Amino acid sequence: MFSFELLLDAVVIGVLLGCFYAAVSLGLSISFGLLDVPHVAHPAFLVLASYAVFFLNEHYGIDPLVAGLLITPLFFLFGLLAYRLYYETFEKRGSDAGVRGIAFFFGIAFIIEVLIILQFGVDQRSVTATYIGKAWRIGDMRIPFRLLVAFAVAAVLTVLLAFYLSKTFMGRAIRAVAQDQEALRLMGANPIRIKQWAFGIATAVLGISGALLIIVAPVDPTLDRAYIGRTFCVVVMAGLGSMTGTLVAAIILGIAETIVLTLFGASWAPAISFAMLLGVLAVRPQGLFGRRS
Amino acid sequence: MKRRTLLGGTITAAVLGLTFGLAATALAQQPPIKIGMSMAQTGGLAGGGKASQLGIEVWRDDVNAKGGLLGRKVELIVYDDKSSASETPAIYSKLLDVDKVDILFAPYATVPTAPLMPLVKQRGMLLIGNFSFQVNSKVGHDMWFNNAPWGPADSWATSFLDLGQKAGGKTVALLAADQEFAQNLAKTAREVATKLGMQIVFDQAYPPSTVEFSGILRALKAAKPDIVYVASYPPDSAGILRGVNEIGIGDNVKLFGGGMVGLQFGAVMENLGSLLNGVVNYNTWLPEPGMYNEGTKAFFENYTKRAVEAKVDPLGYYLAPYGYASGQMIEQAIKAVGSLDQKALAKYLRENTHKTIVGPITFAADGEWKETGVVQAQFRGIVDKNMEQFRSSGKQVILFPDKMKSGTLVTPFEAARK
Repeated sequence: MFSFELLLDAVVIGVLLGCFYAAVSLGLSISFGLLDVPHVAHPAFLVLASYAVFFLNEHYGIDPLVAGLLITPLFFLFGLLAYRLYYETFEKRGSDAGVRGIAFFFGIAFIIEVLIILQFGVDQRSVTATYIGKAWRIGDMRIPFRLLVAFAVAAVLTVLLAFYLSKTFMGRAIRAVAQDQEALRLMGANPIRIKQWAFGIATAVLGISGALLIIVAPVDPTLDRAYIGRTFCVVVMAGLGSMTGTLVAAIILGIAETIVLTLFGASWAPAISFAMLLGVLAVRPQGLFGRRS
Repeated sequence: MKRRTLLGGTITAAVLGLTFGLAATALAQQPPIKIGMSMAQTGGLAGGGKASQLGIEVWRDDVNAKGGLLGRKVELIVYDDKSSASETPAIYSKLLDVDKVDILFAPYATVPTAPLMPLVKQRGMLLIGNFSFQVNSKVGHDMWFNNAPWGPADSWATSFLDLGQKAGGKTVALLAADQEFAQNLAKTAREVATKLGMQIVFDQAYPPSTVEFSGILRALKAAKPDIVYVASYPPDSAGILRGVNEIGIGDNVKLFGGGMVGLQFGAVMENLGSLLNGVVNYNTWLPEPGMYNEGTKAFFENYTKRAVEAKVDPLGYYLAPYGYASGQMIEQAIKAVGSLDQKALAKYLRENTHKTIVGPITFAADGEWKETGVVQAQFRGIVDKNMEQFRSSGKQVILFPDKMKSGTLVTPFEAARK
């Protein structure tokens, strides 16, 4: 059943949903897009952050967004450790680090999943906050506040990360290491330290992204599996390493998914992300916002 | 005289001790009766799978405390199927060929059970089903016995749509997850709606990975149905109810719910809290008068203690008592037949009524319950973040079947939500 009202609704919800997808993909845009680390455990880190937020909300009544900010430094340290472990055990040892790295990160993802089950059980968990469960009414349209929160946080995160990567010394160093690691080494900088720092930033971002994940919908220990495809799709479609590109690609994906879901039949929705990815790669192999190498 | 009494007492005690000692040794020495199954311990179905397994474990401990079966201890061999249909055929092959189990219990839920039906039929094994829906309808295995109280395939949809029609509903919207269980429910709902002369104004399947339901619910609302029948799995049920609360579903909806899995689990109900109010949904056991049978109270006392330690559903109403009942049925069959012969056990299960903590169970020819034991209940007066409230009677008022009815339907849905 088609109506312009439904189409408008679908576009608005699609933009908000896309912003949420962007927020959960930005960390991967750094770790995979800029650093070439096959970080398939990214969604598992995300779910871990959600559970940390759940713990703080449930036991101390801390607002989920504040809880997300509180765990950010811990996740930064966790990222530093995870990259050092990956580097020492895989990356340092040879050119096939990518393939073996996937196995490493899959292993990490499984360990995280089991640890969450042991600590919190297998049930779904959710958080409470004043903006969850309410909607903003504009005429006949109602927009859930939790999606507006995702929209705002994604926008702020994108601006901050884009600024950090383009305007600060460390940010430029991260982009340099992504372009030519050897050149950086010849200039006397330690590319591994820079990559470790960047991986720390990518993981720290997950603190706030994990908060959004549990604000938007309840989480369970295996939710990471549902996000592997979507997050990698957004990052590759955007063009590896582009923050604003990640936001735009995620919004395009969100709108496409919601329009299909609302107007053309929900069964097709999961295929949309991959169909769009294939289409983009066929026309622009470097992604929508990537530079041709 | 005293010496003779003392001597007699000593001999009696020695003989008794020897007898019990030998019996205990025999019980320990006999190989155990192995019951094999896979169970969702991780993945989307794990919340139910773990509770179901605990129910079966409580039965195992009870039966072993009474001396086991055929003088042998009962042992459970359980593997995690990760809630995945692709895992179960290999697991059940291993249970049969490597572990050499004597009895098979099915995994929890339709999706993991469906792919192993041909294997079990081919190997001529009896299978006690565990809350799957219509997995035997096409396979036709004559040694399949489902512990779930679904009854005839259409009874689930009939009970819900009948309530809707009595409330004045003429049009129906169907929203179902795009997987085996939910699609089976939707199929029967379509047939029942046609039979009752109702018009289907919205019929949508959504993919199980759906993150946000606002778009679908908006399209559903635009169709202006009187009755909304939802067949969803736990992760989606919470998303749908949240969406309904935010977007609204329309003033004309008289009845909402029907087949939402997840709204029976303690943690999900606690999380959703007041969002549950007004929803009419299926259930299998509730703490309402008329649902208690011999052993039910003792079972829940035992389960509740162990559930906290095992970090599983602290209420355990939905699956755990039926896990226990599976054990009770096989216990009665083995005791009556006196062996583990699969055909003889199946014959006994087919031809008799079995006394369990969820009530008497009689099977139809297709291995499903002869009469439905599913109840349709409406959530009432639920507050946020309170698990204990669900232990009280009156929080889920039974509307169907009539013999268990504990209240009347509050309608329309928007009014019932307040």
